[in-house]
Amino acid sequence: MKLIKFTKKGIYCIPGKFYLDPWYPVDYAIISHGHADHSRAGNKHYLCHNDSKAIIKHRLGQDICIESLGYNEPRNINGVQVSFFPAGHVIGSAQIRLEYKGFVVVFSGDYKTQPDFISTPFELVKCHEFITESTFGLPIYKWKEETALQTQLQNWVLQNQQNNRTSVFLGYSLGKAQRIMKLLEGVDDTFVHSAIHNLNEAISSSGIELPKTTLLNFDFKKADIQNKIVILPPALLGSRMLKKIPNTATAICSGWMHIRGNRRWKGVDAGFAVSDHADWDGLLEAVKATEAEKVYVTHGSQAVFSKYLNEIGIEAHELKTEFGDDELANEAEIKTEKADL
Amino acid sequence: MKDFSNLISAIEITNKTNAKIDALVNYFKRAPDKDKLWLIALFTGKRPSRPVKSNLMKSWVMEITQLPEWLFLESYSSVGDLGETIALLLPNPEHKIEKPLHIWVDELINLKPKTDEEKKEYVLEAWNGLEAQERLIFNKLIGGSFRIGVSKKTLVNALAKLSGIDANQLMHSIIGNWTPNTITFDDLLNGKHINYDNSKPYPFCLAYSLEKELEDLGETNEWQVEYKWDGIRGQIIKRKDEVFIWSRGEELVTEQFPELVEAVAKLEGSFVIDGEILAIKDSAVLLFNDLQKRLNRKNVTKKLMEEVPVGLYIYDILEINEVDLRTFSMEERRTKLEQLFNTNTSDNLKLSEIIDFKNWNELDALRNAARSFNSEGLMLKKKDSIYHVGRKKGDWWKWKVDPLTIDAVMIYAQKGSGRRSSKYTDYTFAVKNEDKFVTVAKAYSGLTDKEITEISKWVNKNAIEKFGPVRTVKPALVFEIAFEGIAYSKRHKSGVALRFPRMKRWRRDKTVKDIDTIESVKALIEAN
Repeated sequence: MKLIKFTKKGIYCIPGKFYLDPWYPVDYAIISHGHADHSRAGNKHYLCHNDSKAIIKHRLGQDICIESLGYNEPRNINGVQVSFFPAGHVIGSAQIRLEYKGFVVVFSGDYKTQPDFISTPFELVKCHEFITESTFGLPIYKWKEETALQTQLQNWVLQNQQNNRTSVFLGYSLGKAQRIMKLLEGVDDTFVHSAIHNLNEAISSSGIELPKTTLLNFDFKKADIQNKIVILPPALLGSRMLKKIPNTATAICSGWMHIRGNRRWKGVDAGFAVSDHADWDGLLEAVKATEAEKVYVTHGSQAVFSKYLNEIGIEAHELKTEFGDDELANEAEIKTEKADL
Repeated sequence: MKDFSNLISAIEITNKTNAKIDALVNYFKRAPDKDKLWLIALFTGKRPSRPVKSNLMKSWVMEITQLPEWLFLESYSSVGDLGETIALLLPNPEHKIEKPLHIWVDELINLKPKTDEEKKEYVLEAWNGLEAQERLIFNKLIGGSFRIGVSKKTLVNALAKLSGIDANQLMHSIIGNWTPNTITFDDLLNGKHINYDNSKPYPFCLAYSLEKELEDLGETNEWQVEYKWDGIRGQIIKRKDEVFIWSRGEELVTEQFPELVEAVAKLEGSFVIDGEILAIKDSAVLLFNDLQKRLNRKNVTKKLMEEVPVGLYIYDILEINEVDLRTFSMEERRTKLEQLFNTNTSDNLKLSEIIDFKNWNELDALRNAARSFNSEGLMLKKKDSIYHVGRKKGDWWKWKVDPLTIDAVMIYAQKGSGRRSSKYTDYTFAVKNEDKFVTVAKAYSGLTDKEITEISKWVNKNAIEKFGPVRTVKPALVFEIAFEGIAYSKRHKSGVALRFPRMKRWRRDKTVKDIDTIESVKALIEAN
């Protein structure tokens, strides 16, 4: 059964006549989550999860035509049953399940199998065909549990305070920033950049409770933030705003920080492997558990991961997409956030 | 080993030398003496020989993880470091081992003569008791470089900060003849095992790049003009029959150049001279690339010494028979230098030639001709100048030949090492040969971190082959390649060899249609 096809504009559902996270404008786009490389401007009609709606409107404009659904709330579109399942990636992230005449395709979007403290945990969906991401599709990637990360981050903040330093975390404004807020909840006052603050407001407007933070204005008083916690988008590494903060210790939170060379490349004081994508074991477990007959591997290590899947007896194909590999997502984000500065 | 592991983490994350020094000082304040000594030994090339072959370690990891070899290698080329790859691939530890650094090192020394089975048992037990970062350090103790940007000089500066002892003396101390099991930390620092009076160097006098018109320098007869050489600037000391060679980076490199030591030892008297260490064969100066084969080797073999013989072009004399000559004028020092070397001659030691010229306008042609015999250009030194400490404007000028340039396209990219191991930093460039491409140079310097990051992303997207450490890329990115010289070469497929190629600029304004051809590149040889 050919339910989907891969076109220049993106992944297309043939009977449903809609696209999944298209990278060029289309009539009907179903969106897995609010990151800029998955949720692009210019589509005539959007459908996403309830928790993503305010985020996407905040980023793409209040006047876009957008509808939303809860998890596991099917909707029939041209005979195709569409439903969302939690992807555990960021708040509002969804795997998109398509069912047509008993044939099921699941598009993972971006996902993470380990639970964090903030997004709805990943839920496994059985299917005939599974389209999976592979950002961290190498066996060197193995994430720590959320509680271990919590200890690591909190200890770092405490150590900085002993050395009279303000802890600055760099993380994407959607997803990573809220996760850091949650990991450090109750440790000390937390200040966030306006890009993060505005997103937090959008997220809160859909009824999600976030830890308390304060907007960091450009004319902040140095004494107010000394020894406290500051969260900034990664684009601000090396920026005037960051330089204006005295006595800082700076950390990047990203799965790439798992590798020494990456930590050292950035010239920061610490790198924490806090990832919103699945690690190697997570990817493998998810793929196996879907029991899919055919797996399409998108952005990241698609060549390696699909070769390995074929070797262990799972039919897999590489799929070239325009989705970012986290760092590229970051760049798309820079553009939207530069506008916010 | 927790302290040592934390130290490595603290050092590797920062690229600020002062932060590295502070981390080292903190460690030296806390660690037991034996650990400190081993740390110094490990960072100065005094490590014990490798007890376990890396291939064995690799096979054990594949056995434990059940990963196919290609996936192991793929992981390795992504990480760029074998010890780290192994540390990351292994499953989480099941228990915890905590031992000080020197115990680990002693155990590894004792492991060397054991059987492979015994080695396996020991290493697997250790892997299973260490967290990823400690495991990485354990793997590095077995073998391999830490690559964390701690030079001997950084280490010495930390020890100087800790103890207040002169850094150059400490350099001599740690380079000297000692082992962690035969000396105490205090004795090492205080130099009980060396005689610093004999090795004590002077700070180098350095030149600025010429920044005015020659005519503005004044009369030609006030200046001494010599060729500038591209080797290792060295200060050679002979006092009380002991010979020391200091590099400009204030490292003692005596042991790397045995033929120089031998030649200098034969000379009469005590003296300190300043010169350029060069690869010289049949009286001709070779390329710096050739000299590089001789640098930072633990053992200098006879074969290597024959292949790349090393000599010294002497520029200056700073001390003779215990008299400091640095306040004497350049002219007077040169006279003394000539006196010394008129009675003392050797094949390896040669006075830097003084160029005879009458008018300033003769010099430009001489400068550009310098390339043909592997000189970098000219040095202009005021005859009445003293030997300054460090860089002082006005008395010494360097006037380099202008680099040659071509436009070439990137065809291969490879990841770097150390801090650069996460990015594609080493590129191979080609020019056109009719409708094909032919490789002309490899280069890895000249770009900013930002450009490297951007190119790395581009390589990821545009790689034609997706496996292995080298990526063949679509020929699209054009770079201006600068180099110091060009010659015909039978060893290179293109038939030409470039000297010291580096990326001068990323030519985003050019496409592959605009690059040089092999004919236009060869024409440069004729023109120079």
